[in-house]
Amino acid sequence: MSSSLSNQQQQNNDQIAVPPTPRDILLDRIFRSLTTSFAWLTLLLIVYIVWEIGGTALPAIKEIGFGFLTGTTWNPNQGEFGILPQIWGTFYSSLLALFLGGFFGVAIAVFLTQDFLPHKIQIVLKSIIELLAAIPSVVYGLWGIFVLIPLIRPVANWLHATLGWVPFFSTSLSGPGMFPAALVLSIMILPTVAAISQDALSAIPSKIKEAAYGMGTTRWEAILKVLLPTASRGIFGGLVLGFGRALGETMALAMLVGNSNQLSLSLFSPADTLAALLALNFPEASEYETQVLMFAAVVLLFITLAVNIVGEIIISYSERSGGKK
Amino acid sequence: MTSAQTTTTTDDVVIDCKVDKIFYGDFLAVRDSKVPIYKNKITGFIGPSGCGKSTVLKSINRMNDLVRIFRFEGNIHFEGQDLYGATVDPVSVRRNIGMVFQQPNPFSMSIYENVAFGLRLNRYKGNYDARVEEALRGAALWKEVKDKLQNNGMSLSGGQQQRLCIARAIATKPPVLLMDEPCSALDPIATRQVEELMIGLKSEYTVVIVTHNMQQAQRVADKTAFFSVDISKGGRTGYLVEMNDTGKLFENPKEQLTREYLSGEFS
Repeated sequence: MSSSLSNQQQQNNDQIAVPPTPRDILLDRIFRSLTTSFAWLTLLLIVYIVWEIGGTALPAIKEIGFGFLTGTTWNPNQGEFGILPQIWGTFYSSLLALFLGGFFGVAIAVFLTQDFLPHKIQIVLKSIIELLAAIPSVVYGLWGIFVLIPLIRPVANWLHATLGWVPFFSTSLSGPGMFPAALVLSIMILPTVAAISQDALSAIPSKIKEAAYGMGTTRWEAILKVLLPTASRGIFGGLVLGFGRALGETMALAMLVGNSNQLSLSLFSPADTLAALLALNFPEASEYETQVLMFAAVVLLFITLAVNIVGEIIISYSERSGGKK
Repeated sequence: MTSAQTTTTTDDVVIDCKVDKIFYGDFLAVRDSKVPIYKNKITGFIGPSGCGKSTVLKSINRMNDLVRIFRFEGNIHFEGQDLYGATVDPVSVRRNIGMVFQQPNPFSMSIYENVAFGLRLNRYKGNYDARVEEALRGAALWKEVKDKLQNNGMSLSGGQQQRLCIARAIATKPPVLLMDEPCSALDPIATRQVEELMIGLKSEYTVVIVTHNMQQAQRVADKTAFFSVDISKGGRTGYLVEMNDTGKLFENPKEQLTREYLSGEFS
């Protein structure tokens, strides 16, 4: 076919269109295979990381086994290792952060997408909230130590003194602890939740909003009964991704959570998380303790990967069903 | 010039719509249009695009208030009240005057909840199942969906979605139903179904329909209002040219402009 086309071209000097040259085709193939291989390389990288960490952890996994997840002591001198308090602290701090950051993140998303403000101010506020994500973790940690903890300590200790029988207030706040850590964590995940919730709310076709107002809803009824339920899957995906970020966050937590091997419901008690445990114990770890820490890293990796994969699936599912109509 | 020639008396006017001026910002969109809407009749609004027929329709239930720069001059009387009076809440106007839109826009919830939406909104205390069934029967959709009321409303076909929107609008039995080109996104078969439905709704409701399709106006409307665009003063301002019984308007239009439009000389 290409030969007949080029024959025609020779007969007809006016024709400008020519088939791609072999060189064009070759370049196209090279470009395509390069991009494909880079895409696969990222996947390989994840597999390699899991493989390496898992391999290093293998002796510890064989030695300690499942008891590692249920043990409550961390004593390298006696060779006793258990990470239940760290697993508990990781989930407790992340759930608290999810609760606070999720509530405010969704509220901000509603505020910035439902014409409460002039368009220009909306854009400015949106960028400022996105800037929260650009603040380094260690700066959050310092702010927590020097500003937040002194600020909330009187309130926390008043709560402990008056409502001490409530499990959440059963200890006083002497410095670093679960609550300041969770509070900072909630600020850190807020941009993620707010941004994804905003996208989900803005993606609602205007005809749905019209339908709600046409039925005679007030603005709040339209938001609560129609718009939030319509965007719920996207918002849920944002919450899961925020949760995933909270689970893996390290520096701010290592600075704020207290790094104490405790299993407590109290918001003001010092606690520990998996990420903080890893960050603080590696520098002085013996060979065997390193393997044990790798085991803890495998557990953390498994938790965060699972949460993120679930979040991505939910988001892509909601995008697909959103585009269907 | 309009009501004098029509056979219906003014007692039957359920919405007395008198538009002096409608502005979007500085832009004069519609001027001088008196459109009486008669009880238990279908009133069709026809005219070339940009003639303001949708704007007038959406002024009746104050949907245009959602457009920030919208400004209405004139009055619309409904049940002894000026809908643009200072004490009138647009939200309660919309609860009393239902609306069906150009694009089918069911909520992303079950068929049942779509229809029950208005009932819940108005804190209805009666039998929900009966009301939902009645509304779906009224919208000629019951037979098709009675076994899948819990399916999402978005899972229906376009024509079914539009009938679901009609069911949603009539579930609370508003006396007046506004329809803004309700068939423009539908295929011919679904269009016919919705048209038959409208004629059936007439006994209980007053219907106002905007359509760009003159055959549709002839098929369903009892009264037809013809709007046109005035470009003489530089802008594009819509206004009512004439309004009459549909048969009279199409067979014997009084205005030259109507005659030209109906014979397809401009669109």
